[in-house]
Amino acid sequence: MTTTQAPGEPRADGAATSYRAGATLGILAEARRQVGRRRTQLTLACMVLLPLIILLAFQIGRPGGGGQRQGEFASFASIATAGGLNFALFTLLVSSSFLLVIVVAVFCGDAIASEASWGSLRYLLAIPVPRARLLGSKLLVALASSAVALLLLTGTALAVGTLRYGWHPLSTLDGQIAGGPALIRLLGVLGFVAANLLITAGLAFLLSVSTDAPLGAVGGAVMLTIVSAILDQISALGELRVILPTHYDDAWLGLLQTPAQTDDIFKGLIAAFVYGSAFLALAWYHFLRKDVVS
Amino acid sequence: MAILAVLAAAVGAWGLLTRPPGYTATARFITVHTGPHGNVPIRLDTTYFRPDAATPQHPVPAILLAHGYGQTKQSVAGDAARFAEHGFAVLTWTAEGFGRSGGQIHLDSPDWEVRDASQLINWVSTRPEVLHDGPDDPRVAVVGGSYGGALALLLAAYDHRVDAIVAETTWNDLSRAFLPNDVAGGGTDGVFKKAWAGLLFGGGSGARVGIPDGDGNPSCGRLAPAICQLYRESATTGTLTPAQRALLEQSSPAGVLDRIRAPALLVQGETDTLFPLSEADANARGIARTGTPVHVAWYTGGHDGGQGTSVDQDWLHAETLQWLNHYLRGVGPAPGGGFVFSRLSGYDEAGDPTSIASEAPHYPGLDGQRERLIEVKGPPQVIANPPGGTPAATSSLPGLGSPTAAMTGAAARDIPGQHADFLSPTLGSAVTIVGSPTVRLRVASPTGSAVLFVKLYDLTPHLGATLPGSLVAPVRLSGLPTAIAEARPVTVQLPAIVHQVPAGDRLLLVVATSDQAFLGPAQPAQYTVMSLGSVELPTVSGTELGTAGWYWPWVLGAVVVALLLGLALMIVAGRWRRRRGDTRTRVEYARVPLVVEGLRKQYGNGFLAVDDISFRVEPEQVVGMLGPNGAGKTTTLRVLLGLTAPTRGAVYVFGHPLRGGAPVLSRFGALVEGPGFLPHLSGADNLRRFWQATGRPPAEARLEEALEIAGLGGAAGRRVGTYSHGMRQRLAIAQAMLGLPDLLVLDEPTDGLDPPQIAEMRRVLQRYASNGRAVLVSSHMLAEVEQTCTHAIVVHRGRVVAGGSVAELIGEGSTVLLDVSDQEGAIAVLRRLGVRQVREDGGGRLVCDLDGVPRRRLVSELVAAGVAVDRIAPQRRLEDAFLDLVGGGTEGSGER
Repeated sequence: MTTTQAPGEPRADGAATSYRAGATLGILAEARRQVGRRRTQLTLACMVLLPLIILLAFQIGRPGGGGQRQGEFASFASIATAGGLNFALFTLLVSSSFLLVIVVAVFCGDAIASEASWGSLRYLLAIPVPRARLLGSKLLVALASSAVALLLLTGTALAVGTLRYGWHPLSTLDGQIAGGPALIRLLGVLGFVAANLLITAGLAFLLSVSTDAPLGAVGGAVMLTIVSAILDQISALGELRVILPTHYDDAWLGLLQTPAQTDDIFKGLIAAFVYGSAFLALAWYHFLRKDVVS
Repeated sequence: MAILAVLAAAVGAWGLLTRPPGYTATARFITVHTGPHGNVPIRLDTTYFRPDAATPQHPVPAILLAHGYGQTKQSVAGDAARFAEHGFAVLTWTAEGFGRSGGQIHLDSPDWEVRDASQLINWVSTRPEVLHDGPDDPRVAVVGGSYGGALALLLAAYDHRVDAIVAETTWNDLSRAFLPNDVAGGGTDGVFKKAWAGLLFGGGSGARVGIPDGDGNPSCGRLAPAICQLYRESATTGTLTPAQRALLEQSSPAGVLDRIRAPALLVQGETDTLFPLSEADANARGIARTGTPVHVAWYTGGHDGGQGTSVDQDWLHAETLQWLNHYLRGVGPAPGGGFVFSRLSGYDEAGDPTSIASEAPHYPGLDGQRERLIEVKGPPQVIANPPGGTPAATSSLPGLGSPTAAMTGAAARDIPGQHADFLSPTLGSAVTIVGSPTVRLRVASPTGSAVLFVKLYDLTPHLGATLPGSLVAPVRLSGLPTAIAEARPVTVQLPAIVHQVPAGDRLLLVVATSDQAFLGPAQPAQYTVMSLGSVELPTVSGTELGTAGWYWPWVLGAVVVALLLGLALMIVAGRWRRRRGDTRTRVEYARVPLVVEGLRKQYGNGFLAVDDISFRVEPEQVVGMLGPNGAGKTTTLRVLLGLTAPTRGAVYVFGHPLRGGAPVLSRFGALVEGPGFLPHLSGADNLRRFWQATGRPPAEARLEEALEIAGLGGAAGRRVGTYSHGMRQRLAIAQAMLGLPDLLVLDEPTDGLDPPQIAEMRRVLQRYASNGRAVLVSSHMLAEVEQTCTHAIVVHRGRVVAGGSVAELIGEGSTVLLDVSDQEGAIAVLRRLGVRQVREDGGGRLVCDLDGVPRRRLVSELVAAGVAVDRIAPQRRLEDAFLDLVGGGTEGSGER
């Protein structure tokens, strides 16, 4: 290596001439770090495959009749093949309670913990990428990845569903909604599901800055989300359940009624934003003060 | 944990702040004198709820709260407590024939149950804390559901001291309720509602009606003999004798509605196959005829549908309180003569049904305000009545089905061959049915009579048919011709419902010959049925009641704004702190790459990793930090890189104080605690991605030179996951050198390298420390520091125990170690040469300080004196110091 450059006094803050804290680990730089990862590719591939698998299942199995109706999902399953919109809605809803929770937990829980486990986190911090900025970039890319997964899933389902079953009005449990408005409602459901997943995202991110084991952060977030959902099933808890983060998981049902019922949607959004922000604020608070020893 | 504690505190505080006003509940038996002659003493089991606020000075109105059939005062205890919390004195009692009260069941007979209640008003009148309208006339309302609702109506008719009524899900005419005939102008001889009758009076009665007296009839339980007799006969025949009809008339409000002066709130369920909406309609019309205020409310529950949706429970509670507050206290606006109805709208997040309530200014009755005609067509169809009435179609399942299933009519099934179907075209626009649809049929029967069950299904594509409220219209027709062509049209009044038929659905009119809930004829028969073409759907335009949650969007908006403000505040605070942080620059260190002063680091768990470390790295120095494992070297480097915050002490980089993330760190290149790479990227890509993360121009990276130093060759394009330890180490050193940082900080850089690579690395580092740049190397290997570094510090147990230039520390050319054949001779020679100090090191070797005597002269003199020299080697003071200081053992240090 040639050694021709001499260090001068670069700047008032002593930084290297070309260094700008605001330019470190930009969204694009972070996205490039994540996009080549096998877990990202596999997860996104799953999002495309799942609608196809469901479609195949409907093809193999006997078509569901309107006769036996037990609970919401049974009902939605029986109308899932009514058209592309119904198929997309069904795919979204069967995924929302578990699969999407895992996807979001993977993207957000893995964000910091994986860098810690590789040992690359300390090198990013020594660049130095300001810690808040590091979290910001990581979170935005994780959330964007989750959003892409969600859109891929719904988009694929809508596309293959429409190809197979045609473009028909959305059949709901109490009637039909014309294609245009139904698409808007589908987007509304999608938005609500996405917002609701912010809780899991925040939790996973908080765990991600607290542990060096990505699996711990992902698993922990999934587990806590499921525990909350289980507690929500215990009717003996009564009104106490409204404070559970996942209490309004199914509030999207209101968007399928005519006219749309939005009370629980708003309550669910409030819960999602409050819980999501609280978890993220804790993550920020913890990480900005943390001794990075990984 | 902190969050949970705050939540718990908030819930607790909320509970304290909103604790309702108190009351005292006292249970006692009250003896009434009743019967046709008022001379039969009966003990009634009562509970009196007295609000704490009620005193003789501040008397409150009273409520008589009656329970449903087969139940006791316990079933209304919750409602009683709620009314008491709203400041009403409440008396609940177990009606005679039930629970611990004496007497028999007379079905709200004016001679018995109504007289009982009248005497309970007398008892309430004796309470000084109850408001009075006059002597022996307390201000009192009667509230009750079903059996209790009829009692409220009958009591208000027979006792004018009653000031207000709330009657829920109750009957108008018991004969019609149990033998309905929904054909217009049809006779009173209806179709026996056997499922409900059996549940109330028959087989189910043992548990629900009470234990028979010792000498009583076991099949009657506590039913009064006349009532029991009536049931046993009518259940067998499916008809009523005039005497039986008269007996039931006594127990029905129908005949005495014109006597009621008390404003009546009539609440009826839309999912009620026992007392359908038409019963409340008859009551409302009867009471309103005299000008008494009546308010009608239809909710989604009922005898089959239960309490209805939670939305319904909320507004019903509010309507009831408004009614009582206005008519008992004169508080609050007069409830309009309006009409509230509730429509099932879907399911909430718990899977429970939800509803939307609407209000219309006037009660329009069962025919609605307007009608919409929907064509229901089909050819004349022949349907069979099964012999013995079995198998029969299913509509409702009294006492068995779930409330939700009853609301949507999910259990409804028809038997093939027993029903005629008339299907409408697909509805182009939605219609909300509020009231009783009507349809005209022609029916022919070979026997001249027929029992039919008419029902209107909502046919949803892909989902199948639903029967709103599980309701059917039973009709008994007589005088029918045998040929359909001769049949005269009959108008069937279908059950009143509130149901939205969405656009895209179809209506299905079904005429069936049997229904499990009713007693049909046992003789087999075949009827011919045809529809006259259309069904008239009544509609009511109402305004939706604002749900309690209108403010949620605003709350959401406020939450979002608050969160955004909080975020903005954090960003501003962060910027401000960063700017403020860099003020204590030390000018005197401006040219010094690194100054560490009194560094101390104690971890959160109490472990003291670094006690007190101070040193400097000057330009063009290669400084070695030497110490055993756990001496605190790595922790020191972590602090230098801003990864951990020091407990005490300061670090200056070119005069700038160092904090975590300080911009001046950008002049460092680092390798700490081994390499850290993204395993899925190649070596070259890892360096590229790393440099991208710095945000600095790619040209400054000097990537090619760095890769050359790493010496990976073709392996640079392979995934890092496949690298050996040494390759990663070299790549990590190359990464540290990216951009030619002014200070290179390397932790154990030769770890995993083979000897030629180590030698090469030494040269690289020595070359690197030029042009003002400097290198800081930590190592636990003496040789490495000695051979690579210009300067060194020895660290042990978190402290610097020695420091200086390596030459100084090693004492190169000054002290040597001699291994000779003849020590005595050698010492003599050395003395002669003027060597400063000679001593034996104990191992048979001599240690001497040459003090300027060249080594080659020493050797030649020794050899000349006949002393054989086996070995001459520089004696290392650094090693001495290192071993002396460190050799005491490393057990005091931790691995950190």
